[in-house]
Amino acid sequence: MDSALASDHGAYGAHPDGGVYLRRTVRTAAKILIVGHFAVGKTTFVGSLSEIRPLRTEETMTQAGALVDDLAGIEGKTTTTVAMDFGRLTLSDSLVLYLFGAPGQQRFTRLWQDMTQGALGALVLADTRRLEQSFDVMGLLEEHGLPYAVAVNHFDGAPSHPEEEIREALDLLPETPLVTCDARDRISSTRALISLVEYLQTRTAAQEHV
Amino acid sequence: MTPPAPGRDRGLVRPYVVTDGRSHPTRNTFDLVTLVMAHDDRPLGGLSPEKRALMELCLGGALSVAEIAGHLMLPVSVTKVLLGDLVDSGHLSTRAPIPSAQLPEAQILQEVLDGLRARL
Repeated sequence: MDSALASDHGAYGAHPDGGVYLRRTVRTAAKILIVGHFAVGKTTFVGSLSEIRPLRTEETMTQAGALVDDLAGIEGKTTTTVAMDFGRLTLSDSLVLYLFGAPGQQRFTRLWQDMTQGALGALVLADTRRLEQSFDVMGLLEEHGLPYAVAVNHFDGAPSHPEEEIREALDLLPETPLVTCDARDRISSTRALISLVEYLQTRTAAQEHV
Repeated sequence: MTPPAPGRDRGLVRPYVVTDGRSHPTRNTFDLVTLVMAHDDRPLGGLSPEKRALMELCLGGALSVAEIAGHLMLPVSVTKVLLGDLVDSGHLSTRAPIPSAQLPEAQILQEVLDGLRARL
């Protein structure tokens, strides 16, 4: 990485592993969403894998839900801010992967359009103590036609269930991958992403043979 | 959803002032992962403080739209408006996100997979 560049721009805070800026040879940027309900570990997952200090972007919404279309004169309306955290992995000289930790709230429609546009797929993080809270986000992904795998994030003290029970509780299709991971652990999180990408590959191959 | 960072100073200027009241960029070519590069031969005089800050950030090297928004602590929609203006004025150019027509998804998936496996 261009570590000299990063230190020249130290105000932007580089992660110890790499510089702020992309390698000069990077030509392609891919995107995968990390989704799930509140406090399921999205930000932790992104932070475990990112080579940069995870960044946050925020978007202002009216309370009704639509992104503020006319930004003038909004003072009188109640607005809310929705944030997403994201990180970056340089996977080769020419390819960089961005991971977006995405909020699951359905009302933030334009944000979802922005995030899903061009995304390869999504990893749904789930918590065995609150499996039912994953339905909203899984429904949203299906609405946007984005393929996904499910990773049960390991929480200390959370009950462990047989895979079949979790599949049934989440009403997963037989082909949807279900893995467990520890979002705090880089290797474990990488493995969960690999499961997703392997699944995306089989889907792409199947479509090409139709 | 992650709550906004505590104590983040957004400054005194509201987003709609930064963009002269506009909420849409002059071009619709920015994805969150569109890569942006600055041209170092353009004068920065006459740019608004926000555009100048954006240029100073981008002159260090290539970044995605989302990273630019994150570093400058501006909403993505506002960042896209500023980027559109700066592309129009020749200060910046973009490299499209996944050019799916040129690079088949199967090839990208294989490269992503290879890259992830190499990290284990």
